[in-house]
Amino acid sequence: MSGLIKSSIARKVVMALSGLFLVIFLGQHFVINITSVISPDTFNSWSHFMGYNPLVQYILQPVLIAGVVVHFIMGFILELGNNKARAVKYVRYNGKSNAPWISRNMIITGLVVLAFLGLHFYDFWVPEMVYKYVEANPQDATRYYAETVEKFEPIWRTVLYIVSFGLLALHLLHGFASAFQSMGLNNKYSPGIKAFTKIFAIAIPLGFVFIAIYHHLNPITH
Amino acid sequence: MKLNLKIWRQKDAKSKGQMVDYPISGIEGDMSFLEMMDVLNEELITKGEEPVEFDHDCREGICGSCSLQINGEPHGPDRRITTCQLHMRKFKDGDTIVIEPFRATAFPVIKDLIVDRSAFDRIQQAGGFISVNTSGNTVDANAIPINKHIADEAMDSATCIGCGACVAACKNASAMLFTSAKVSQFALLPQGQVEAIDRVHHMVRQMDLEGFGNCTNTGACEVECPKGISLENIARMNREFFKANLKG
Repeated sequence: MSGLIKSSIARKVVMALSGLFLVIFLGQHFVINITSVISPDTFNSWSHFMGYNPLVQYILQPVLIAGVVVHFIMGFILELGNNKARAVKYVRYNGKSNAPWISRNMIITGLVVLAFLGLHFYDFWVPEMVYKYVEANPQDATRYYAETVEKFEPIWRTVLYIVSFGLLALHLLHGFASAFQSMGLNNKYSPGIKAFTKIFAIAIPLGFVFIAIYHHLNPITH
Repeated sequence: MKLNLKIWRQKDAKSKGQMVDYPISGIEGDMSFLEMMDVLNEELITKGEEPVEFDHDCREGICGSCSLQINGEPHGPDRRITTCQLHMRKFKDGDTIVIEPFRATAFPVIKDLIVDRSAFDRIQQAGGFISVNTSGNTVDANAIPINKHIADEAMDSATCIGCGACVAACKNASAMLFTSAKVSQFALLPQGQVEAIDRVHHMVRQMDLEGFGNCTNTGACEVECPKGISLENIARMNREFFKANLKG
């Protein structure tokens, strides 16, 4: 079993499975967020459910955080091993001739997404934890829409979010399809899977960009 | 054609190497890349200098001996060929050509442009075979009916010449394409089933022990492979690996 965990193939699969789990979460996150544009009441009630449902809070949330941590740590371990595998670098390495930039720079796009997650946690998750568990405020199912829209008032934050979504799209453009290859799936269905992953990789981040811009342009007037 | 060659020179495995400039002229477009290297070496020998060491053997693209990272790509800028099949017509008069050894920790430089690729031999020895009794009553392989498509796929995998271009091209110096081709050529055929579990276990373990990097599915190996070995082989090896772990 220890041989399995140490093997390069098993590590790839860990990256693939944790990545796919995060992709599913991303889709779910988008579905909830887009309601903030369509129907603030729906956004409030869904957000309230996610914020207070014990299954979400005490099982899904820790699993999600673990997924991010595992994906990051394993990515970092693989990157270190890969650097070691070519200790002496080429004087000239024409990487663009045989592989797209996105596939060669997953560590860069991944680190930007990780940094964004830090900001995102600071913006939403930390205040939520403080509201619920530190200040122990009573439940209020109507606060989420205003809290969200307020965050997108400053242009710097909106721009940071847009840039991060752009990098997330680049990360997904390679990573999503790559996960299937790592899990041994390369057959007649692969072109369809690749097409779906590319549409997802562009459409979902673009949707998040739309939400950020929409709320920036439509602030709540006091 | 006049060219400016920048070539990696390294006295031996322990020495520190460096790039050295060699201007060369009188190169014809019909010469192969290795013939151009021969011209350079003849000039160097005439001048009493040490010739540039490089690997070569059949010079017809089937032995896998020649290597060379040429202008940042294994086997140079052309596709589906080895360095010996690369012709100088791919370059222009006045071009600078950077020539380096294949770089990977698992492929240490022996001298100049020659690297030690015996790591591939050890991966192959770990499980890239079938045990057949060759006592004189061996059953002919053709006696077992095999679907044409499957036989073709196995043959495609078996065309890997083990040159190491996949490792050289990969940003992670991963040997997954080579190993997966060697796993696949048997995994697809009935003769390979008996030792299938041990084969993939041992070959993957040896690949990791040699210090090759991890595959991140960039696809550079497939693009640069002179024999067009497909990434499907890596997916198949991964499946074989899961199956082997499930079975024990």
